[in-house]
Amino acid sequence: MAALPTVVFMALTSERTERSSERGTPADSRSAVAVVWNSTVGKKAAMAVSGLVLLGYLVLHMIGNLKIFFGPADLNGYAAWLRTIGQPFLGHEWFLWIARLVLLAAVLVHATAAYQLSRRDLRARPTGYRHRRARSSYATRTMRWGGVILALFIVWHILDLTTLTVNPKAEPGHPYENVVASFHTWYSGVIYCLAMLALGMHVRHGFWSAAQTLGLNNPRRDRALKACADLLAFALTAGFLAVPIAVMTGAVK
Amino acid sequence: MSIQVSSNQGYEHYTVGAPIADTKAPDGPIEERWDRRRFEAKLVNPANRRGRTVIVVGTGLAGGAAGATLAEQGYRVVQFCFQDSPRRAHSIAAQGGINAAKNYRNDGDSIRRLFYDTVKGGDFRARESNVHRLAQVSVEIIDQCVAQGVPFAREYGGLLDTRSFGGVQVSRTFYARGQTGQQLLLGAYQALSRQIAAGNVELHARTEMLDLVVVDGRARGIVARDLVTGKLETHLADAVVLATGGYGNVFYLSTNAKNSNATAIWRAHRRGAYFANPCFTQIHPTCIPRSGDHQSKLTLMSESLRNDGRIWVPKAAGDTRPPNAIPEAERDYYLERMYPSFGNLVPRDIASRAAKAVCDEGRGVGPGGQGVYLDFADAIARLGRDTVAERYGNLFDMYQRITAEDPYQVPMRIYPAIHYTMGGLWVDYDLQTTIPGLFAIGEANFSDHGANRLGASALMQGLADGYFVLPPTLNDYLARTPAVPLTPDHPEVEAVATEAADRLAALLAVNGDRTPDSFHRELGELLWDECGMARSAAGLRKALERIPELRAEFWRRLKVPGTGEELNQSLEKANRLVDYFELAELMCLDALHRAESCGGHFRVESQTPDGEAARRDEEFGYSAAWEFNPSGPPVLHREELVFDHVHPTQRSYA
Amino acid sequence: MNLTLRIWRQPGPDAPGEMTVYQVGGITEDMSFLEMLDILNEELILRGDQPVAFDHDCREGICGACSMVINGRPHGPERTTTCQLHMRHFTDGDTIDVEPWRSAAFPVIKDLVVDRSAFDRIIGAGGYITAPTGSAPDAHAVPVPKEAADRAFEHAECIGCGACVAACPNGSAMLFTAAKVVHLNLLPQGAPERRSRVRSMVAAMDSEGFGGCTNTGECATACPKGIGLDAIGTLNREFLRAR
Repeated sequence: MAALPTVVFMALTSERTERSSERGTPADSRSAVAVVWNSTVGKKAAMAVSGLVLLGYLVLHMIGNLKIFFGPADLNGYAAWLRTIGQPFLGHEWFLWIARLVLLAAVLVHATAAYQLSRRDLRARPTGYRHRRARSSYATRTMRWGGVILALFIVWHILDLTTLTVNPKAEPGHPYENVVASFHTWYSGVIYCLAMLALGMHVRHGFWSAAQTLGLNNPRRDRALKACADLLAFALTAGFLAVPIAVMTGAVK
Repeated sequence: MSIQVSSNQGYEHYTVGAPIADTKAPDGPIEERWDRRRFEAKLVNPANRRGRTVIVVGTGLAGGAAGATLAEQGYRVVQFCFQDSPRRAHSIAAQGGINAAKNYRNDGDSIRRLFYDTVKGGDFRARESNVHRLAQVSVEIIDQCVAQGVPFAREYGGLLDTRSFGGVQVSRTFYARGQTGQQLLLGAYQALSRQIAAGNVELHARTEMLDLVVVDGRARGIVARDLVTGKLETHLADAVVLATGGYGNVFYLSTNAKNSNATAIWRAHRRGAYFANPCFTQIHPTCIPRSGDHQSKLTLMSESLRNDGRIWVPKAAGDTRPPNAIPEAERDYYLERMYPSFGNLVPRDIASRAAKAVCDEGRGVGPGGQGVYLDFADAIARLGRDTVAERYGNLFDMYQRITAEDPYQVPMRIYPAIHYTMGGLWVDYDLQTTIPGLFAIGEANFSDHGANRLGASALMQGLADGYFVLPPTLNDYLARTPAVPLTPDHPEVEAVATEAADRLAALLAVNGDRTPDSFHRELGELLWDECGMARSAAGLRKALERIPELRAEFWRRLKVPGTGEELNQSLEKANRLVDYFELAELMCLDALHRAESCGGHFRVESQTPDGEAARRDEEFGYSAAWEFNPSGPPVLHREELVFDHVHPTQRSYA
Repeated sequence: MNLTLRIWRQPGPDAPGEMTVYQVGGITEDMSFLEMLDILNEELILRGDQPVAFDHDCREGICGACSMVINGRPHGPERTTTCQLHMRHFTDGDTIDVEPWRSAAFPVIKDLVVDRSAFDRIIGAGGYITAPTGSAPDAHAVPVPKEAADRAFEHAECIGCGACVAACPNGSAMLFTAAKVVHLNLLPQGAPERRSRVRSMVAAMDSEGFGGCTNTGECATACPKGIGLDAIGTLNREFLRAR
């Protein structure tokens, strides 16, 4: 899935002229994109922007999920409404597909950049230190593995509750029932809970990191941004976990 | 007082040659000389400059500035530094600031006053025309550095801040906290880096000059060793510029960087460049004392500490009580006692000698008794701890890091250390040595500071030489000298390369039982004792006897492991030591022959009744330029100093 | 005190290296770490062994030459340079691991000596203000707000030692590059080249093989001059604005 953007951007790179970075001449917009993407700083910015898009989506998604506590009619109605957004300007489910495409693009950019940067980072330290010691925070160190876990989870999650391929109930148009059925299986609950913990850690470092990468951070804002990251991570994790826990404890049936 | 040593009594260690004179400075009013010299200088057609190669050795303030400027002018520059990067040259360690006669304070400063202060501060042993030019150029340096982005300290209005420094009455020192040297060097380094990236400067880092190539009487190149591969390389050029700094490391313990060395200037001396005033070395009074025999270098702390600290030792010799247990009545605030009007703020050399005197009496404090207290208790009581912290906090931190003692609680211990060398290669007004085509700039030459350098003047001189003085005079030399092709297989070139290789091979072949450092320490201690803060004829004679013995032992017992074809830091040290031995001898000889006290050179035989340095202008009002003589003793050439503008006076601080 | 040292010995750039164990005795707490190594080296020379090669010069914390990773930390346990690290921070009987900077962009030359010329090339790519000698206006022609001058200075304090690269799990040179960009881009004198400077320096940094920044903060923790992570934030902003 990482192949497409790479090919596109590599093609753009080849068009870049040697002196395109000189001041004075208005830079070709495409080559500017290539210059950004081909630099470590720019690629991180792409990760930051795509990450923030995904984060924004997750916040909405989490809030939507909480409708499960208002019963089947509310959640199922909400799900049906999502398919009608933009009508009659847009056709049925058009908005949903546009959103899915945007999310797919964001995931592709995020993952491709992460993959390429990680490869580069590993090459930059070919020989490690013999003296090992703990470094920085847990969240920072687990960004890479956390990202992989989340990528695998997304696949599982889509198969479970979007395509319903692996869902025990698999009743289209009835997300409430599907969710309850899914979380009645122990493995689904475990996968979900682990993924949400990984998500929390990912967001906790990722949000602050994105601000830093986009140059929005400064010493005055630093504490506020870190607090914001903690809050977001906690709210998302708690909000998402509320559903499986409620199902598993029988609060939601 | 009669001095036994003088040339006309036939002292066997040197002979006197013809006087030497600077023939390059134009006549006329001193204010117009530099303009006239620049106007009279011939120019090289810009189109022809690319074909002329200039070697610059060293990348400190002088070398970095010169390399960048010459490259900007279109010359092909080949530049060398032994460090891994040009940015690490030892100019980086200068703390205090840089003087300039900007008169931004409207406090009565002027080019004339800076000129006057520098000549007087140099104890009337500097050349007036050079010093005046330095004062003139100082103004441009600040402009240049600000344009490069040097972050000088500023006031809230956005204008440059200045402070007064080194006992002058005007505020003309520009600074960047305690790291002025670093910031100025980074400015020069960045300008140089730009030229390296543009292909105008070919940089050889980790490469050390071993010898100078002189062909047909002109400097035409160098032999250098790639310190990584050990390969000896010959580089040829139309002119050679030495910006290799001073020779303070001959003392082993000094405030110099560990690898700063005298090999480049000494080899140039051996090839014919006169060495002037080698005994003019400066000692800085406020350094952290050594803590034991392992000490590898000494760390300087800004002299500004003396503004508020009080210097004392116990009244009784051998008093080993901790400082706070010694009652007020049993303390000797000796500077305040001896120099009531200046007290703790007497000039560097006086403060240093007084410290040595009390330590020699057995009243020194700390390990080995080589230290005096610098006490801030009164200042803290008077100003409050916060004010003291604000003024000196970073210095206190540095002191505490090194000594693990808290200067807020316990008095600091300080002791003088070798800091700067005013002597160096003799140069004329054009900064050209006595070898045509060989130029020396910065601390490597002798020109501007006389017998004593004022605070914040070293940075000024390095940048003046590199940015503004050398480029036009070198231009003149190249314009007047036809380009003569030369290849490395020329017999005179090959001979130099072979000699350098032979010397390295000889060092590796000794295979004895003493390390290079052990010899360096011994030489340094000898020099410190006999040619340090106070020098006597007897002591200098003793050193002159001992140095050849030590050198003989060196060639018998030296041990250098490894080979010459690799990174071999022991070999580097040993090779530098060979030159230190010879230089040390010339220093002692120069100190012995100069039977007067002036500036950093204090002869115990020449002092006033109240113990002050007594200059003897009638006999010694000259710069001593020494010629190397391969088959006999060195030859002294005197450059008589003429003071038309600043009348010599005797200092008094009592 | 007596110490066990495990030091990375590597005879040359292409030779394999290994940790070699040495015992040193008679170390006093007032010694600097480098003086402790001096003592080891004097012993090694007399034994006929090769002394441990390490970069060092000013020994007062400003030249940036010294560069060793001590017990996994660049410059050791204190926030200073190795030359200003004193043995009082260790205790008798300690085992100390000493390794060179590790980065693909800083290849080992010998033992603890690495090649840091990549930093010089980053500076050469744009870490300067173009001001040919003699072209400068009067220093007071352009006032610089004190705040900008002070912040520029704080970032100009970088000594180019490379501890940031050595500390970063990705071997990234972002803090080094950022410090120079902040220093020069904050000053009015640096404004004309503001955009080209950051672009060229980042391109040079990437082409030297340094890793990317993952905002772990290890670099700022290791920096002996206390340059903070906010410099990297500013570099990012300058880079993205330079498009």
